[in-house]
Amino acid sequence: MSRFHKIINTVLTLAIFLTLILAGCRSGGKDAVKGVDSVNVQGANPEVYEELKHAEKIFYTLPSPLESAMLIKTAGALFDHNLLNPIENTKKYSTNRSLALNLGIYTCDLSFASLYDQTQLIIDYMNAAKKMADGLGILDAIEQEDIDKLEENIHNTDVIMDIVSQTYMNSNSYLEDNNQPAIAALVLTGGWLEGLYISTQLVDIKDIDGNKLVGRIIDQKLSVDILVDLLETSKGHPAIDELLTEVNKVKTVFDKITIKTTPVKSEFDQNENVTLLKSEIESDLTPEVFKELSVIVAEIRSNLIK
Amino acid sequence: MRIFKIAPVLILLVISSGLSINGQCKAFAKKSCLPELGSYTHDGNYHATVLTEGEEAELYKTFYSDMEYRLSVCADESLPAVEFMVLDVNKNVLYSSKDNNYAKIWDFKLQSSQQLRIIIKIKPSGEQGGVPASGCVAIMFGFKIKP
Repeated sequence: MSRFHKIINTVLTLAIFLTLILAGCRSGGKDAVKGVDSVNVQGANPEVYEELKHAEKIFYTLPSPLESAMLIKTAGALFDHNLLNPIENTKKYSTNRSLALNLGIYTCDLSFASLYDQTQLIIDYMNAAKKMADGLGILDAIEQEDIDKLEENIHNTDVIMDIVSQTYMNSNSYLEDNNQPAIAALVLTGGWLEGLYISTQLVDIKDIDGNKLVGRIIDQKLSVDILVDLLETSKGHPAIDELLTEVNKVKTVFDKITIKTTPVKSEFDQNENVTLLKSEIESDLTPEVFKELSVIVAEIRSNLIK
Repeated sequence: MRIFKIAPVLILLVISSGLSINGQCKAFAKKSCLPELGSYTHDGNYHATVLTEGEEAELYKTFYSDMEYRLSVCADESLPAVEFMVLDVNKNVLYSSKDNNYAKIWDFKLQSSQQLRIIIKIKPSGEQGGVPASGCVAIMFGFKIKP
């Protein structure tokens, strides 16, 4: 065997070996962060700390578009179709960044329309979301049969919610399973920002005291840190870095709100077979901070749908 | 020279097997975990991964006071017992499936919205020398409006 062939053989053997190692790492948890958890163990149960520091996989979860829309509806807000991203905008989106962000945005709009029985809008926004998913090459995320089923059950909110939830899961799982976590993060961020945009626009600034929807907006302070952590896991991806800067602007405003919570106590209700997590909460949102939040979110969202 | 022919095939096989394992997790999550949500509406989020015995996963999520939730944790049958714990931001354990006969679901509601941390742990089988078992683990959330 010539020296050249020996070198080639060695390189190929190394390539196979590395590929095997990489594949092994992925199946063990592609986001492995062993030992990087920097929790303060003072006062915490040491056994729990031992449990925490070994995680092979970390999931950062945001409220899904369906959950966000449900929160808006249960707060008693009214539907306003002018707040949705117009479906005519679909033709503007061609990059992976814009397609992913607007897949999240359109899915949130679709969820919002679904919960308020906006029959024609439901079909239109499902088609808009399908265009985004198709553009990203997400196979089978939203199939024609889903749209047909939607049309057949257009007055059945439960079926519609199931279809929306399934198609959203199809998109996320495809991106996660095909090693596109950055694109998946863009979809989740788009959906979360759209929910926050719709919520803030539906609040009358003169009516923030005791407003239930304002309460749910304040709750998003708890999710903005999770979102930052999620985006940090894909840091270095240009679209993510750009979005992280924008999301940090939102976080800066949320940081001006203080949330005080009393210790959480678990209480099991035997009659209902459900556990109640009891705790009191207090926050101090001022009209000025609310306005600042509303303006910054609208500004970011306007750039995302361009 | 044979290595030139088999190397690309081997590399493709290894990569595609990794992808197909993850793809199976989606099918597993849909088939085994989704029905466990019962009358709760699945939120649409997807959390599934392949874990090996002795490994752990963590999940962070905000839960809202307006909703009732069902948490469902499913694991491949080849895996040993799976334990999940729910902790608040101060790392106090609010629920442990181990204390509830390794229950696979937990229903809960909140007086005020909270960020919670969920830890999923695959117990080591304790068998010496064999290949450690690994398989899909999925975590799903369903919600409904508080009555």
